[in-house]
Amino acid sequence: MTKPLTSTSRAGGVGESPVRPDGPLKVKGEFAYSSDLWIDGMLWGATLRSPHPRARITGVDIGPALAIAGVRAVLTHADVPGDKFYGIDQRDQPVLAIDEVRYQGEPVALVAADHPEAARRALNSIEVHYEVLEPIFDAHKALFDPTSEHVHPGTNLVRHQPVRQGDPDDPAVRAQCAVVIARDYEVGIQDQAFLGPESGLAIPSEDGGIELYVATQWLHNDLAQIAPCLRLPQEKVRMTMAGVGGAFGGREDLSMQIHVAMLALHTGKPVKMVYHREESFFGHVHRHPAVMHYEHGASADGKLVFVKAQIALDGGGFASTTPAVVANAASLGVGPYEVPHVKIDAYGAYTNNPPCGAMRGFGAVQACFAYESQMDAVAEALGMSPWRLRQINAVSEGSTLPTGQVIDSPVPLSEMLDDLVAMPLPPSEEFDLRRMPGGVSNTTHGEGVRRGVGYGVGIKNICFSEGFDDYSTARVRLEMIGGEPAALVHTAAAEVGQGLVTLKAQIARTELGIERVTIAPADSRVGNAGSSSASRQSYMTGGAVKEACAAVRQRVIELAGAPADAQLVGGKVVTALGEVVAQLADVLGDTAIEETREYRHRPTERMNPLTGQGNSHVQFALCVHRAVVDVDVELGLVRVVELAAVQDVGKIMNLLSLEGQIHGGTAQGLGLAVMEEIQVANGKVLNPSFTDYLIPTILDMPPMRLKILENADPHAPYGLRGAGEPPTLSSTPAIVAAIRQATGLALKRVPIRPEHLTGTLAS
Amino acid sequence: MSGLFEEIHEQPAADVPTRRVSITVNGDKRVAQVEPRLLLAHLLRQGLKLTGTHTGCDTTNCGACTVLFDGKPIKSCTMLAVQADGHEVTTVEGLAGASELHPIQEGFKDEHGLQCGFCTPGMMLAAKALLEENPDPTEDEVRWALSGNLCRCTGYQNIVKSVMWAAKKMQAQSAS
Repeated sequence: MTKPLTSTSRAGGVGESPVRPDGPLKVKGEFAYSSDLWIDGMLWGATLRSPHPRARITGVDIGPALAIAGVRAVLTHADVPGDKFYGIDQRDQPVLAIDEVRYQGEPVALVAADHPEAARRALNSIEVHYEVLEPIFDAHKALFDPTSEHVHPGTNLVRHQPVRQGDPDDPAVRAQCAVVIARDYEVGIQDQAFLGPESGLAIPSEDGGIELYVATQWLHNDLAQIAPCLRLPQEKVRMTMAGVGGAFGGREDLSMQIHVAMLALHTGKPVKMVYHREESFFGHVHRHPAVMHYEHGASADGKLVFVKAQIALDGGGFASTTPAVVANAASLGVGPYEVPHVKIDAYGAYTNNPPCGAMRGFGAVQACFAYESQMDAVAEALGMSPWRLRQINAVSEGSTLPTGQVIDSPVPLSEMLDDLVAMPLPPSEEFDLRRMPGGVSNTTHGEGVRRGVGYGVGIKNICFSEGFDDYSTARVRLEMIGGEPAALVHTAAAEVGQGLVTLKAQIARTELGIERVTIAPADSRVGNAGSSSASRQSYMTGGAVKEACAAVRQRVIELAGAPADAQLVGGKVVTALGEVVAQLADVLGDTAIEETREYRHRPTERMNPLTGQGNSHVQFALCVHRAVVDVDVELGLVRVVELAAVQDVGKIMNLLSLEGQIHGGTAQGLGLAVMEEIQVANGKVLNPSFTDYLIPTILDMPPMRLKILENADPHAPYGLRGAGEPPTLSSTPAIVAAIRQATGLALKRVPIRPEHLTGTLAS
Repeated sequence: MSGLFEEIHEQPAADVPTRRVSITVNGDKRVAQVEPRLLLAHLLRQGLKLTGTHTGCDTTNCGACTVLFDGKPIKSCTMLAVQADGHEVTTVEGLAGASELHPIQEGFKDEHGLQCGFCTPGMMLAAKALLEENPDPTEDEVRWALSGNLCRCTGYQNIVKSVMWAAKKMQAQSAS
């Protein structure tokens, strides 16, 4: 049905850039993505979704749908075998709508049929009677207007997280300020826009359980939500990772997992579900849109005196990961700067807008756009260069954040800015129409085109914060295969494209001193690996593989009777002085040594609910960007000419994969700056297609310059620092700053549209 | 919002008109009885089980379904199977030789031109068409040739590198 994702590769330990073990399958077209899964005799599942963002369901008639030839099942909430609600953090989302729908696209009914067309006809024949209600679509009103109706009984507030340090309202504090800048900012809804659509295959098993093949970021959290809804014990829900066509946070929440399993259990047949692109826009959570009010005060010499901020994040109809997004926005709300007086209030709201949850950068992205815009405004008011103002206020190791947390590993922001500024600017180019904003549309031959340069800085927490029991599990087996020592590494961690499969093999090679490593397919037969999110898998699953390898090594050393500090090198057991004690082949013989380990990072604390104080984060990662843009100020067209970045990753585990993460993260930040927005009116999505939701093409994304620093984090495996998210933070404000420099406009909303630049729409 | 994009009748109903098509796919002549409305992408993926041709957007924006049609890159989600009757189609499964990868495949694999890999088949086929027409492209020319194919993971930097690497290798091969 599907090829195992197992692959074997040779050579390449930690710090090298071996070829991805899944590379050959992917370039041959043989890698099985979840949408490629196929089993003979399978049925096709389909989902009926609400056309209304808010409505009462007064009746559902499935009779006409069931009468259609080839239709095997039509299910509603009454058919959910167990718990009717699921959710990644709070179990507040109905598997299928019960009495009310809270967003456009909410699943109402399911169909399984012999053929997808029969399934589609059946969907059209289900009669749902709605009493349409006025949607709650203004997050600010939902939160602060006491007359607002509620999305869920009693409240529209998912979480309020304050941060308090000093007193920005003290007149004595205000008196220290030479400038005070107060502005409102807005971030639109960004979509992860992974290219591989949501899809999955469920196969009923003889014991009454289910085999589930899905593309997800977190198998075990899926499992913990799915099993109770199916009223099955977890061991009867056997999950296997199918090929993932990108994720970026959009696969952290469930999509069709419970639905496809329900249809398979109900019909006793394998069922496949595939969303098409339009359905995908309604089938996963997006990046929270934000409305933010920021006030910065600084002294004449450029030192920040205070920051006040109110951040309202719109989570849509259900909680999803909104509580953690609020915590990130609050705790990182002033950016990587030392500020003595801070008052932040971050809120997450329920509305009837599209549901929002995890997307790369997760709460930190929204705040970063606002605080970096403020830093530029303060610099301008003081007549200072933007990067110099940032250096004056930059955190460094030992700095205290407004949450009271002391940064206890390197954060060399000032040096990173020095490196960034020292990078050469792009050389001047000969006139080429294709390089003008507007390109071959022949909109300008250079008249009206202004160049701008801007800087952006971002700080992201790595791994799960706030006391979450964050761990990963790895099982490593060492044995002789074909006369050669070989390791099998088994985890449940999701390879979403980032290159974790490569990294796991690198770590096993280095720790076990062997070449041949096989990466077993990720499934639920091994313990929880946590999510491929929060830039955490190199740290956490990397750490787990390292520890499991160390445990295997320990047993080999004991078997060989070698001293405890012996190493495994080149297939041999070697003393610390380099003396060969034994060949691995002789020590292992016919036995396999297998060890499983859980790896945890050091504990963190909840933020104090009133003050935000606490050591809530594990690790901090910084990225800085410089953007060069050309803007046609008459037409409002932008061309990003070049992006340069400096990032400190602690330890370069795999340079090729790392650069790929920085490039890709930067591109998504570019998208948020000038292109990407799910546009919503009255709770309804206006542009659910790649025709109307624009992601950067190869012509939009310019060449990049990179500099990567390695200041080790002593608390992390190999000293590494999570790397996937920080570039997504800082590229957006850098591009906006460059456009501001070119146009002189304030630009307080992203994405920037042409009409914001030409004065046809107030910005 | 109720549609599914995977549509093929393995045994079309008697009342549905069908056409017989003969298409040379990766060098092999394939014959199928199809409905006139069947998309080429669906014939490839479901009828012929060549799932390396991916469908990502259904609207001809993303290019994941790019195949070569008589050597030219086309998006197979907007071509009908009947339009391919009598023509040659190359998919990603037809890129490699019997024992070795095509230099473009090697380039994407070795230069980290892929992450999730969903866009990769389409990217490689668009690149193949470019390199056949222009064996020694500039980076700008590579970018223009691939501008109809979206990638969400890589930021495109290593895709450009991969194609440049392949161009070099193909030139060296044809020189020797």
